[in-house]
Formats: sequence, structure tokens, C-alpha cells
Amino acid sequence: MPAYTFPASFEFLDEIRELVAEIARSGGFSEKAIYSLQLASDEAASNIIEHAYEGVSNAFLYMTCDMKGEEIVITMRDTGTPFDFSSVKEPNLTSDLSDRQIGGLGVYLMRKLMDKVNYETTRTGNLLTMTKRRE
Amino acid sequence: MEITNQEFKHCDLIAVKGRVDSATAPQFAKALETANNNARFKIVLDMNDLEYMSSAGFRALLAAQRNCKRYNRGEVVLARVPVRIREALELAGFTELFKTFDDPVTAVGNF
Repeated sequence: MPAYTFPASFEFLDEIRELVAEIARSGGFSEKAIYSLQLASDEAASNIIEHAYEGVSNAFLYMTCDMKGEEIVITMRDTGTPFDFSSVKEPNLTSDLSDRQIGGLGVYLMRKLMDKVNYETTRTGNLLTMTKRRE
Repeated sequence: MEITNQEFKHCDLIAVKGRVDSATAPQFAKALETANNNARFKIVLDMNDLEYMSSAGFRALLAAQRNCKRYNRGEVVLARVPVRIREALELAGFTELFKTFDDPVTAVGNF
């Protein structure tokens, strides 16, 4: 299972999305699903760069992306500040323009776009695991 | 990402091309702010050549819509939204915050 290391910088989001698209495409996912996987991975990596590594330079994001049978499994590990994933509330998507909260939208999209999103803090850092089944 | 701005009498037509993510969203937000700073609050955003937009781009869209709609001085409308981006905007509950048009000419004529 190959692991990929990316500098924790927004400039590498392109490469992260490309990697996910390549593996998902070879795994037989539809273009619609591939876009969803790219978006979820981008939101996850953006969160890590922006929050877990806030104010930290020379940080890295460790990623795996593999097909396991009918499922794609994407993991991202960071060694930054743990994040209280479960505390992120669903944004109110029906409120007026003035009341719209933009915080939490990335996590909301990840949960909607993927079948499963799991976040845990381990000895080796924070580990995010996202899976999606091929339709 | 690439942005071009064409000024019409009643509105600005801003075309955004390529990919808007956390790396490029600040530049996208700045283009919208620049229009507002020039007292241009009626904006058509042509997304025909937009390949990708993450929530960082949605955040910029929301900020621009808030600023443009203040004092009823204008609004941001979207033209030629690619299907994948439309689906993501729908998921985020954003489609009801923006009028959308199938072609930029009609969108410009709306103002």
C-alpha cells in the first residue's frame, strides 16, 4: 500500500486531487463520483493545512489512497493539533444569506460526499479515514 | 485559475476559469472585492470554463453576495455553471442564494 507525503501547503492540493482522481478512475468510479472524491479530499487536506498545522511551517501530510474491493479508502495523517471532529455541527443550509455560517461547510461536504468519515487521534498523529463504495 | 472582468453599463461580467481551491480562492475573492471597491455591485459570474471549486470558493461567493446585496445595491448572479459545480453548490445549499442563468447574455440583460 503506497504512502504519499505532501508538504502541508495549499499549492499541493492540485496534486492531491490528481492522485485521488487517478486511483478512482482506475478503480472504475464514475466522473461524478471522482469529482466528489476530489472535493472531499481537498476539503480534508485544506482543513489539516489550515487548522491542524495553523502557524506551523515545514509540516507534512501523509496520505494513502487505495481500492479495497468495491471501495476506495483514503487516509490522511497529520502531526498537528487534534481536531474535535464530532463537535462540528451541520451548517444551517436553509437560513438567509445574512445568517449563513460558512464554518463547518468543508466537514459537512466530506460527510455528504463520502460513505464513511472517521477521525481519530493516535500515537502517530491524527488519522482521518474516508471511504466510498463504487456504484 | 484565471479571471477576466468585462465592464458593461449596468453590470460587470467576471469570467473565472480553471480551479478555485484554498490556494487560489484568495485571488478569486480579491477580484470580486476589487469590483465592489470600484462601486460595481451588479456582477455576472461566468463559470463556463470553471473546472473545480471547493468550499474556499463558496466562502468567497457568499462574502461577495453579502456585500453586493447590502443596501439593495446589486447582487451576484451565476451563468453557465458546470454540472459538477452545480451539484456541489446544491449540496452546500447555495443554489437558492444565487440566481443562475444558462447564458451570460441573458444574465447581463437581467440587470
